[in-house]
Amino acid sequence: MPKLIKNGLVIDDSAEILVLDETQAPEALNLPEGPVFVPLAVWQAHKGVLSGRPGLGVWLDSHESVDDLASDLDSLQAIALNFPKFTDGRAYSGAALLRSRYGFKGEIRAIGDVLRDQFFFMQRCGFDAIQPKAGRYSDALLADALASLQDFSSPYQAAIDQPEPLFRRAARVA
Amino acid sequence: MYRYDSYDQKIVDERVAQFRDQTRRYLAGELTEDEFRPLRLQNGLYIQRHAPMLRVAVPYGLLSSRQVRTLAHIARTHDKGYAHITTRQNFQFNWPELKVVPEILAELAQVEMHAIQTSGACIRNITSDPFAGVAGDEYIDPRPWCEVLRQWSTFHPEFAFLPRKFKMAVNGAHQDRAVIQCHDIGLELKRDAAGEIGFRVLVGGGLGRTPIIGEEISDFVPWQHIITYCEAVLRVYNRYGRRDNLYKARIKILVKALGIAEFKRQVEEEWVFGKNGPNTLTEAEVARVAAHFTAPTYVQLPGDDSSYVAQRAANPAFAAWAKRNVLAHKVPGYAVVVLSLKDPKRAPGDITDAQLDLAADLADAYSFGEIRTTHEQNLVLADVRQSDLFAVWEKARAAGLATPTFGLLNDMICCPGGDFCALANAKSIPIANAIQERFEDLDYLYDIGDLELNISGCMNSCGHHHVGHIGILGVDKNGSEWYQVSLGGSQGNNTSIGKVIGRSFAAAEMPDVITKIIDVYRAQRQGGERFIETVRRIGLDPFKIGVYGDAAIIERNQNA
Ligand code: HEM
Ligand code: SF4
Repeated sequence: MPKLIKNGLVIDDSAEILVLDETQAPEALNLPEGPVFVPLAVWQAHKGVLSGRPGLGVWLDSHESVDDLASDLDSLQAIALNFPKFTDGRAYSGAALLRSRYGFKGEIRAIGDVLRDQFFFMQRCGFDAIQPKAGRYSDALLADALASLQDFSSPYQAAIDQPEPLFRRAARVA
Repeated sequence: MYRYDSYDQKIVDERVAQFRDQTRRYLAGELTEDEFRPLRLQNGLYIQRHAPMLRVAVPYGLLSSRQVRTLAHIARTHDKGYAHITTRQNFQFNWPELKVVPEILAELAQVEMHAIQTSGACIRNITSDPFAGVAGDEYIDPRPWCEVLRQWSTFHPEFAFLPRKFKMAVNGAHQDRAVIQCHDIGLELKRDAAGEIGFRVLVGGGLGRTPIIGEEISDFVPWQHIITYCEAVLRVYNRYGRRDNLYKARIKILVKALGIAEFKRQVEEEWVFGKNGPNTLTEAEVARVAAHFTAPTYVQLPGDDSSYVAQRAANPAFAAWAKRNVLAHKVPGYAVVVLSLKDPKRAPGDITDAQLDLAADLADAYSFGEIRTTHEQNLVLADVRQSDLFAVWEKARAAGLATPTFGLLNDMICCPGGDFCALANAKSIPIANAIQERFEDLDYLYDIGDLELNISGCMNSCGHHHVGHIGILGVDKNGSEWYQVSLGGSQGNNTSIGKVIGRSFAAAEMPDVITKIIDVYRAQRQGGERFIETVRRIGLDPFKIGVYGDAAIIERNQNA
């Protein structure tokens, strides 16, 4: 079963990420059983039916805006943000906005080109679920990779995981 | 200067451990080339023509003598005995081996240094005025603000993978000496009518292939809010900056595409959410950082030291150096000294391990143990007593650090170019040296006066050619190296982008071309007019005629 890092632990995860190919219109609704992340377009076409479906999440690609989900957040348990390439950093802002501006409390999952050397930043921006591509890490390497969540013990700036900057958290002496 | 506390130290130590592990995984094949590249770049490590090149951060250009000795040691042990100072005040080593880089970083960490974010698509080293704290025209010392911003930008989780690199500069004096108009964010410290400190914010400046002068996005952001304001700018950029084309990914392209008014609207809309949030600066934090930048214990001295006056009168070589490389200091009896790295026998900005050690010794003996780097690729001793200048000069001269040409044609800015850089179209160092040799006669050079000549080996503009009074750009024509010349660029308060004068030249022609340009200036200048002023007054045509002959004008008329 695919693996997922959730709140700092490796767990099994059966959620499916539904990807439409060119031949599939978002209007045609054909969902697998069980937990699934649907593309934004599918969600927008079928909000009424899908709202409240157990295990339902929506995934956004990096060019899609979390602002478009702002009024739907109460009906969603999870949102996945895709990193088409790990160097495409838009999802960091997306996750931070979901947590701070929109107060989203559900799961925010990093999917796509997700690598251990970015885990720390992801966690800081509000991702509580991190899912490297299937096959990218062996089970042993994924277990090792958890160490990257702890790369830095006291970061300087405020972020989602640590809403106070160091200068407010610590009594630093000149 | 700023000294690390246990938090700062821990962050750089953890970085060393992180990078050591990343390098290990790369060498073990666990990280692919593509995965490792951005990681090493964010640690200043490029793979170049001959070997990796390591760029070490010198935050706002400030170094202690101890740090300089460490840099000397690294140059000696892990490099070929020299280092290079960049146009963003950093240090570069050209020959370290990848597998020893973690060792180098560990050595740097011991003296509170690092290579964090000296490259890559993130917030880079923040640069500033090399005369901060000692210049007479300073309103507000920029260094504490640079340090506050350094800490905020270090490993900022949201902005580690921006569309492109992001450079910031801060200036706090009447004269801009930090090129703030050519930065992604340029900050000018100022006071409002009530005397409160804040920042004028410029955005979207940059050189590179599309040179653009930054535009004002706010005329006053109060100091408490500068971090949240910058975060708003960066968030808009991170979300909407172009990622489809590397050449259109800088913030300047986004600002141009939206227009400054719309960009500002988006930033201010974003700022509403962050403003007054936890990243709002506190007086206590600013005071804590500012306490590291108090003035050294100056002694009371007469304004004009009599021995200094006598030594200049007795020794013309010393007088020449004092005239060019010694600058006024705000405290009577003290002076600012520029240690020149423009010895015509060396690449501009290069410095040997022995010279570094000597500079550290001079700093300890004569300048409170501190040294600065400048974006014009020189070193500065900021607090020298006038009565010590002669001793400083003698020692600097013996070490090749007293070329008396600060601010003159031979004090050029020059990128590493084709000798080192894999992106180069053409070599730049030999052109610089050939021009320096042509203009080695000091009387001639002094007669020409203040002139900024900047050389880049390709459109990336690392050598700031766009803002040189004379700019030289290496171009590739059918696989051979050519040089394009522009005139009328300038940095500082009246920043302008130079204009190309016409067809490009072969390397061997370059000294003659520069001579012809100078001849036109000398024939046309009025009164004490500086080169750039003459160019602005008479325009490019007389220079084109001087360089290309009347053909230049005939050709233009035909095209008209
Ligand atoms: C040798 C390895 C180097 C490489 C591969 C390199 C690469 C680049 C590239 C690709 C750009 C263009 C960025 C853009 O337009 O978005 C650039 C700009 C720049 N580089 Fe370098 N560079 C190198 C060395 C240096 C050195 C040695 C200096 C200082 C002497 C320097 C200072 C700068 C500056 C000031 C800019 C212009 C910034 C701007 O566009 O606003 N670089 N560099
Ligand atoms: S300007 Fe071009 S040649 Fe010079 S260092 Fe930059 S990238 Fe290399």
